[in-house]
Amino acid sequence: MATIHVDGKDYEVDGSENLLQACLSLGLDIPYFCWHPSLGSVGSCRQCAVKQYANADDKRGRLVMSCMTPAVNDTYISIEDDEARAFRETIVEYLMTNHPHDCPVCEEGGHCHLQDMTVMTGHDRRRYRFTKRTHQNQDLGPFIAHEMNRCIACYRCVRYYKDYAGGTDLGVYGNAARVYFGREKDGVLESEFSGNLVEVCPTGVFTDKTHSERYNRKWDMQYAPSICQGCSSGCNISPGERYGELRRIENRFNGSVNQYFLCDKGRFGAGYVNRKDRPRQPQLHIENRTLTVSVDEALDQAIASLKGQNVLGIGSPRASLESNFALRELVGNDNFSTGMTQQEQQLVELAASLMQTEGIYNPNLREVEDYDAVLILGEDLTQTAPRMALSVRQSAKNKGLEMAAERKTQGWLAEPVARIAQDAKSPVYILTPVATRLSDIAEGEVVASPNDIARLGFAIAAAIKAEAMNGDISDDAKVFALEVARQLKHAKKPLIISGTSLLEPALMEAAAQIALNLGSVDGKSKAGLSLVVPEVNSMGLALMGGMPLEKAFAQSYDAVVVVENDLYRRLPAQQIKTALAKTQQIIVLDHQETPTVKKASIVLSAASFAEGDGTVVSQEGRAQRYFQVFDPAYYNPEISIKESWRWLHAIHTGIQGKPVNWTVLDDVIEAVASKVPALEGILDVAPDAGYRVHGLKIAREPRRYSGRTAMRAPISVHEPKQPVDVDSALAFSMEGYVGPQESSSLIPFAWAPGWNSPQSWNKFQDEVGGHLKAGDPGVRLFDRLPKRPARSFVAPAPLLDNDSTYRLVPVHHIFASGEMTVRTPVMQSRIPEAAFSVSRDDAARLNVQQGQRVTVKAGDTSINLPVNVVDYLPYGYVGYPVGLAPVVSLTDSIAISVDAAAVGV
Amino acid sequence: MTTHVNTEPRPIHGNGTAETHPLTWRLKHHEFLHDVDTYESLEGYAGMKKALSMTPAEVQEVVKAATVKGRGGAGFPAGIKWSLMAPNDGGPRYLICNADEMEPGTFKDRLLMEKLPHQLIEGMIIAGYTLEATQGYIFIRGEYIEAARYLNEALEQVRAKGYLGKNILDTGWNFEIHVHTGAGRYICGEETALINSLEGRRANPRTKPPFPQVAGAWGRPTIVNNVETFNNLPAILLRGPEWYINLSAHKSKDPGTKIYGVSGKVRFPGLWELPFGTTAREVIEEYAGGMREGLKLKAWLPGGASTDFLTTEHLDLPMDADSIMKAGSRLGTCLIMVVDETQCMVSLTRNLEEFFARESCGWCTPCRDGLPWSVKALSAIEHGRGKMEDITHLEQLTKNLWIGKTFCAHAPGAMEPLQSALKYFRSEFEALIPKEAESVVQISNAQQA
Amino acid sequence: MMILTDKKPRVNVEAILSAQEIHDIEHQIAHYPDPRAASLDALKIVQKRNGWVDDAQVAAIGQMLGIPAADVEGVATFYNRIYRRPVGRNVILLCDSIACFLMGAETLAEAFQKHLGIQYGQTTADGRFTLLPICCLGNCDKGPTLMINEDTHGLVGVNDIAALLEQYV
Ligand SMILES: Cc1cc2nc3c(=O)[nH]c(=O)nc-3n(C[C@H](O)[C@H](O)[C@H](O)COP(=O)(O)O)c2cc1C
Ligand code: SF4
Ligand code: FES
Repeated sequence: MATIHVDGKDYEVDGSENLLQACLSLGLDIPYFCWHPSLGSVGSCRQCAVKQYANADDKRGRLVMSCMTPAVNDTYISIEDDEARAFRETIVEYLMTNHPHDCPVCEEGGHCHLQDMTVMTGHDRRRYRFTKRTHQNQDLGPFIAHEMNRCIACYRCVRYYKDYAGGTDLGVYGNAARVYFGREKDGVLESEFSGNLVEVCPTGVFTDKTHSERYNRKWDMQYAPSICQGCSSGCNISPGERYGELRRIENRFNGSVNQYFLCDKGRFGAGYVNRKDRPRQPQLHIENRTLTVSVDEALDQAIASLKGQNVLGIGSPRASLESNFALRELVGNDNFSTGMTQQEQQLVELAASLMQTEGIYNPNLREVEDYDAVLILGEDLTQTAPRMALSVRQSAKNKGLEMAAERKTQGWLAEPVARIAQDAKSPVYILTPVATRLSDIAEGEVVASPNDIARLGFAIAAAIKAEAMNGDISDDAKVFALEVARQLKHAKKPLIISGTSLLEPALMEAAAQIALNLGSVDGKSKAGLSLVVPEVNSMGLALMGGMPLEKAFAQSYDAVVVVENDLYRRLPAQQIKTALAKTQQIIVLDHQETPTVKKASIVLSAASFAEGDGTVVSQEGRAQRYFQVFDPAYYNPEISIKESWRWLHAIHTGIQGKPVNWTVLDDVIEAVASKVPALEGILDVAPDAGYRVHGLKIAREPRRYSGRTAMRAPISVHEPKQPVDVDSALAFSMEGYVGPQESSSLIPFAWAPGWNSPQSWNKFQDEVGGHLKAGDPGVRLFDRLPKRPARSFVAPAPLLDNDSTYRLVPVHHIFASGEMTVRTPVMQSRIPEAAFSVSRDDAARLNVQQGQRVTVKAGDTSINLPVNVVDYLPYGYVGYPVGLAPVVSLTDSIAISVDAAAVGV
Repeated sequence: MTTHVNTEPRPIHGNGTAETHPLTWRLKHHEFLHDVDTYESLEGYAGMKKALSMTPAEVQEVVKAATVKGRGGAGFPAGIKWSLMAPNDGGPRYLICNADEMEPGTFKDRLLMEKLPHQLIEGMIIAGYTLEATQGYIFIRGEYIEAARYLNEALEQVRAKGYLGKNILDTGWNFEIHVHTGAGRYICGEETALINSLEGRRANPRTKPPFPQVAGAWGRPTIVNNVETFNNLPAILLRGPEWYINLSAHKSKDPGTKIYGVSGKVRFPGLWELPFGTTAREVIEEYAGGMREGLKLKAWLPGGASTDFLTTEHLDLPMDADSIMKAGSRLGTCLIMVVDETQCMVSLTRNLEEFFARESCGWCTPCRDGLPWSVKALSAIEHGRGKMEDITHLEQLTKNLWIGKTFCAHAPGAMEPLQSALKYFRSEFEALIPKEAESVVQISNAQQA
Repeated sequence: MMILTDKKPRVNVEAILSAQEIHDIEHQIAHYPDPRAASLDALKIVQKRNGWVDDAQVAAIGQMLGIPAADVEGVATFYNRIYRRPVGRNVILLCDSIACFLMGAETLAEAFQKHLGIQYGQTTADGRFTLLPICCLGNCDKGPTLMINEDTHGLVGVNDIAALLEQYV
């Protein structure tokens, strides 16, 4: 701790930070540009100047950059000093000499850090009367617009993109006032995290292109605290809506999960919500006709067709706990399927059980950054849990931070830390079947089959305990295992990451065994174990339970109710056909026109995350709640979209002839908590609907929300009452509380007086860049569940394939493997062409060339796709493009035939 | 085409002897000394041999005692800089010669390298040995093509002699020197930007601390010194600190001799090695032959473009750090530029600021965006489109682009000539501003200069 | 199982750079603890061929040094002696810094521009000369000074232009 003296007042601060950080954490405003809590200090913009005095008696002082000056004990500074203020105003004036002053047409306007800082410094008069330098802009692909004239050269973009996110295709060019930030030439930004540029850039150089087409100001959108549905990471988002459309996804700070950054799937992949072809009203499919019906009619039909019947309920790992639970209540525990395949469910259940094992600690995404040695078994993280990949990238920097600390250099001094570190990194080992996008930080990489990786994993586990390694791995693999074991043991905090994406349970078992073998320090597990699962709520469903699809389909039912699940993405079409042939009624609740929806006799228009509330559990076991962003019926009364749980409960009570007793979200949450003990913690995820701040609900709309009385005018000149939100403490209104509050899980958007940009998270945090004042959103369920005794696991037997055997191995792509992402129009140009990946050696063996088509026969399914020859894939393995090809079983060996017709190379 | 030594009216070597002109006395015997044997025949490498017979710590003491000041412009004592180098941990340690010489008006390092490449190499070997350096680099600007060639040839000869390479003169010490040629940018002369440039990066200055002595090139302990600084070392080793200090003792407390020079409209522009503390008048009038026919001196820059203008009233000051500082300028590189009375100060200052604006690295706001403004304001005044407020604004710039407010010393350097031009010649600026400009009602901001 | 040692995507360096260029760049790399340090050397080596560096060459250099092309480009565009656009067979660099300015560099520059019929930054139609300003060439006692290709010329007067340019075809 340290005492600093600011403008005559004394403050207690941490002592290890810089003055800018310390003052912002104290709630004192100092303008800044180049500094960012995640990027550290470089002192280039000179905006954060304050007056520093040698001691209490020094009256002269000198200007220093607060971001470059440590807040050590007995530091005397003045923010208010006249010279400091004048200088800060001048800096903005200089920056504005080249800025185009195009705020009216700039998409950053209204949430622009440059605007905020300009106002904060008091610069309000333009004296510069000469020419401005101008730049050409670049086409950076479908996500991000580029408007270089607005650049204030804070260097944040390159520092984020290259230094933080590991991108290689954004740079700074030229010198002096001509410095230019962009790619070497036009082209799509390659980083999977490019979208964060939009928030990192303090002005309108990089803006969200997907928002441009339907643009509106930040203050004209309605928001809700929400959770990204793209993968199992559980990143917090703040979606913005206007006129019944999602317009933009912004990051919502959660100091234990995503902090300031999302991946591009999360930021740009929610366009499916706006699809025109969504079922927005209930439908009956009669013969080949689709009838749109009223809610009552649909419910009557559904009740009639389910009453007294033996009904199978198929839930979904992409639906909320509430909706899955309502289905289970409707059909009964024994008739409830998780909607996962046998294989997937076993994997997810294994992950859940490992997380409940004595001696296993699962870190959150922020903690991942603190580990100083990482071993990844089988996950291509950038594709399967992108935000975690970004965290792992930070963990590799710990070695450099340690070296810097040895030389008394503070961790926030970005350039000196990098200079001292040079190429030194904390070790990261990656064992996958494909080359990953984390290669550049890997100390060692192995390309191998899932089975080989698992066996190598067990060899590492054995090496840690100095036990004999299983005999069936090669000598260089043993050397490798010994080295990894040595590094993991040597590390202060080793982390093992694995997951379900390769459909190989032995990978997670090996990972657990390694973590267990690393033992404990002071009664705490030394190692962390983090397991990636497939979908946003896979972990939630594993905790709730239910039977897998295959088991469900083994019996006969009169009717099937499917909730938010496209069965054709789970099982081969033939299998579904056979299963569904056995039932008379198929009722599907979904928000997308999926192949399963097309098969339904009754379609109930379910809410997506944007139109409904719900709770999901991330891979970390963090239960988090997303809240309805808007009410679509407000703009079009014909729309009747309801959360699946509402539909299901109405059907349920209808069948029972009882009145509805879950009238609000809290009712269903309580029911879940009381009936599923493992999920009891979800009661604490967010305050109930009765929560108020100063007697007010929380406003979803910013104070300056405009046009409310006019926006419905084309429909009717009578302005209806704003929709009432009975389910939560949030209001569909600008009336209500806006700002930091006791509940951090109920912050719809970041705004504070004078802080309109995402930088305003400052005002919501305990310390800048730290955690939210009232604690980060979410409840870690595994921390509350009883632990199970540790088991020990054994390595799987090697697969003894011969030279003519081929197998499929899943290959994931960030934008292709997400069911909803694929349905988002802007993603089309970013999704790779469906193809089987084949290694160079195997291509030679099979005598196929790049682009040539092959037919792969797996089980009963044949798939014909072109071949993509890649550098790295294990011998005898063909990469199956997850999400882009018909579903097949990946367990057995396959037959490949090469199409005769030669295709141009 | 090479730079030839100015022989009129007083040649650089003058009546120099090894005792009085340690840097240039050999040029009296040979027009240049590219050959190692010739150099050795004139006490060449004797200082190095002496040093290598001592311990590094002993050599360090000698350099410290000589209080030799850096010749790159800032005048920081080399001995003190060296003593701040991180202790030897067995890893690489770098010694860098700053041969970027791009300060406008400065041409001394070119002469030293083109004429006396061995003297620099000898100095670097002495420094390298003292600092236990493992590798030396000469960062030379790309335009010094001949100097780079002579240095490389000299290095070859020296390697053959065993003065570079492994186990030099049986000391067990290994050292190599590589000539790295730059690709143009004044900022590369700033020592941390220079290190970035050497590493193949953009030449942005680096955060200090940590200083290069602790974390310099490739994160390792590094010392950067100017060409002329190294050139001083052989004689100091040979003749001792006392002799060195006495070279200038009767004139100045800055020790040793200095390469002084004059450019501009004097009769004989050139370079001379003189004891520290020689007056500007002596240099300009006696050595450079005074102003050309019919011209009168109006102002002078004592040591490069980034120093403050001085006037005729300062001509009798000794040219050493303290005296020039007291007069409100900086000694800089000691290469005087004279401005005659016919020269418009506004144009001249505009030219200077154009240089600084163009050469800004673009890292920090005041420099990157403030300097172009100064150019535009000066240009407007120069071309009769200025306003009184432009002068006020230029004055504000000199305050806002000052030391501590910018990231490195580039922009403050740019402000030195500007502030002094405004101080001494404000009337010239005001005279160019159209009177009516003040009364014109401004109707558009879009009006361009 | 493949334990990977090198898995960089490959730009076909051999197709872009000559064997001599590759050799020279490798020679430069050997002088530094980190190949990146040879980026300017590499750019200069490559620039010798056509007088300027094209996009493919930037990418190939990045590949050779193991750094992103964006980094090579960042360096190439920072320094003023690397040309990323075609230049004439001879590049004239006129010193425009103060010492030469005092000796009439601006008049000389105007004369050059008039003589060649081009402005600063342009190349003559016949591709013979490109005219650029440069900062102080450290030849201040002989201002105005200029460089043509690798030759420094001091004390150049307006009347010397024609004869001087004669020497460069
Ligand atoms: C903008 C700028 C340009 C500089 N250019 C040079 C230069 O060209 N040559 C030089 O020796 N020092 C130059 N310096 C000074 C160096 O930063 C450094 O102080 C010097 O090389 C140290 O050597 P010395 O101690 O031997 O003088 C420059 C400094 C600044 C701020
Ligand atoms: S003052 Fe700033 S912009 Fe100018 S050269 Fe130094 S760091 Fe670069
Ligand atoms: S925030 Fe401190 S200099 Fe930019």
